[in-house]
Amino acid sequence: MEYFLQQLINGVTLGSIYGLIAIGYTMVYGIIGMINFAHGDIFMVGAFIALIAFLALVAMGVTAVPLALFLVLLIAMALTSLYGWTVERVAYRPLRHSFRLAPLISAIGMSIVLQNYVQIAQGARVKPLPPLITDGYTLIDSPIFVVQLSNVQIIVVVTTVVLMAVFSWIVAKTRLGRDMRACEQDLKMASLLGVNVDRTISYTFVIGAALAAVAGIMHLLYYGVVDFYIGFVAGVKAFTAAVLGGIGSLPGAMIGGLLIGLIETFWSAYFSIEYKDVAAFSILVIVLIFLPTGILGRPEIEKV
Amino acid sequence: MTQEGSSSRHRDFAGALKRAALAALVAFGLFSLLVGIRTDTGPGGALELTARFETLAVLVAIAFVGVFLRETLFSGATLDGSSYVPESVRRFTAHIAQFLGPALLVFAAVAPIIFYNNRYLLDLSIQILTYVMLGWGLNIVVGLAGLLDLGYVAFYAVGAYSYALLAQSFGLSFWICLPLAGILAAFWGVLLGFPVLRLRGDYLAIVTLAFGEIIRLVLINWQSLTGGPNGISSIPRPSFFGLPFNSEEGGFAHTFGLEFSPTHRVVFLYYVILALALLTNAVTIRLRRLPIGRAWEALREDEVACRSLGINTTNTKLTAFAMGAMFGGFAGSFFATRQGFISPESFVFQESAMVLAIVVLGGMGSQIGVAIAATVMLGGFEFFREFQQYRMVVFGLAMVAIMIWRPRGLISTRTPSVFLKKEKPVDIALAREEGRG
Repeated sequence: MEYFLQQLINGVTLGSIYGLIAIGYTMVYGIIGMINFAHGDIFMVGAFIALIAFLALVAMGVTAVPLALFLVLLIAMALTSLYGWTVERVAYRPLRHSFRLAPLISAIGMSIVLQNYVQIAQGARVKPLPPLITDGYTLIDSPIFVVQLSNVQIIVVVTTVVLMAVFSWIVAKTRLGRDMRACEQDLKMASLLGVNVDRTISYTFVIGAALAAVAGIMHLLYYGVVDFYIGFVAGVKAFTAAVLGGIGSLPGAMIGGLLIGLIETFWSAYFSIEYKDVAAFSILVIVLIFLPTGILGRPEIEKV
Repeated sequence: MTQEGSSSRHRDFAGALKRAALAALVAFGLFSLLVGIRTDTGPGGALELTARFETLAVLVAIAFVGVFLRETLFSGATLDGSSYVPESVRRFTAHIAQFLGPALLVFAAVAPIIFYNNRYLLDLSIQILTYVMLGWGLNIVVGLAGLLDLGYVAFYAVGAYSYALLAQSFGLSFWICLPLAGILAAFWGVLLGFPVLRLRGDYLAIVTLAFGEIIRLVLINWQSLTGGPNGISSIPRPSFFGLPFNSEEGGFAHTFGLEFSPTHRVVFLYYVILALALLTNAVTIRLRRLPIGRAWEALREDEVACRSLGINTTNTKLTAFAMGAMFGGFAGSFFATRQGFISPESFVFQESAMVLAIVVLGGMGSQIGVAIAATVMLGGFEFFREFQQYRMVVFGLAMVAIMIWRPRGLISTRTPSVFLKKEKPVDIALAREEGRG
């Protein structure tokens, strides 16, 4: 029981990170119907920017952890958004009216570029960061198993909840959110009604990248290491989360993220840790084949 | 009139300057931390920072100058391939293209004789031909049937491991294992093809990616069968129809009364892969003229219309997957016998992406285009050896650029499968696909 509770806590933490990345996939798919294959690598870039920003701040004498973290959050979100914006502007916007596989191929190209660019710029080695936030709470101190809730886990979950609330508010209440929902329903009609479609799509990428940057910081804090390859696997898992929750649906992305995080954690805890990625990929296959609309998604009708 | 012209040009100039400055600002933002500061693991295990402001400045300057030149020199000019190549040039290249294939073929056939003493060049040619074959195999799935397969390397792996395991456990020779490996890979193609039949383009791509990764992860973790990350070593080398390539009595050199030389095996391997690649090409060209090949191309153009015409899309997709997988399996077992050692390291997603890049750059559906793309890319990277680490970046950028400027690849004329009386190449402008709403 204690072991189960501990795994539940770990799973929710991991699921929050996946959920934040999944939002980027689900929004882009909802609006322009493409899989932004490079989104996982945007997450990786965010983690790297956070790492370097933190080290640079320490080198400049900012040693108070809360202040440094806040600054890192701002810097990473801003610069990663810039990456999201640039990728959309360079690789996707010219392809808006191309044939249907063109954006995906372009996205794969962009993903390769980002991965190898970071590898060249920062080296292929794993980059460690000493733990910044160490303390935690012991929930159950039984002789069999000690259940712990670390401060990092609290920060990850709380930040995710806050960001989700802010983001839901943006989509539901602001002008930008209304434009986004209009574009999701019908791009052509939205542009006829005076919605600046290009700008809305750009903002979608910017917001998705900013959330991915936060996920990157969380990953950095939680695991303490980054390398240039984390984006691929995390990206596929977050995409699985987006599909599982119902692609195009925001609460779906969060639910999907939590489920994937929990499944992965429990799979590692009770079955085999070697096959945890196999489990995640298998879920992706199974969901796409048997439940392509996901939990909260709407069925898609293909027209000629 | 002239004054107005000059003033608008003046405004253009100012606008270009503004855009260039903006681009420089964006570039500064993008590269400021990731390029401007390098992190290295110091002696204590902690990370140390090194500033690289010169590189950063160079990149920002490149962005500024690049955008400025584009705005001033090419403003208004659209980079549409069909419009700026003059008709005469196009006719000339079409004329050349007719002889290009046979010429390349003859060159490929005599290459090992010309370069007999250049072991390095022979090895490179074998590698290029392997990729040509993989590209042609994937071309069946992506170029003809229009199914984006991101896990093609899985079939390559199935072929390689099939040969390695069959040869080691049962002592079967390369020539018996080769068809077996192909059949096994085709079987896996059907097995993986079945569940994905109902999926549309991009979902299908992601599922094939997942399958490719699952196969790789199983290869890593199933230690008792595959040797895990250490792979399988000392895989039997091929023999010349039973005659081994060694200096002993009964070997190839001894039987034919030649002096023993290790190059014999390399030349033999070269001809094996050349034959396999040509087989792939011949089968593809033949299949394109058969009903199944036409069904593939119909499927690529429009799946719903294809189904309403009474084509069995299930069978069509499955045969495409199986065909592509089979040739991947052949290439895989060749790879295993050539290397003598295989490990899951050789079958990562990057490999799939590279083969896909070759197909995309060559022009999806164009056989000669794929061959040229493979030669240019692998040969080019070998030529610029010191820039090896940049090769994947160039691959990725090339994929993006091709999608934007020449979505049908560098060779963008397609030979029609069906024609009336006279065969004419179809310009891509006529065969352009519309994005589906």
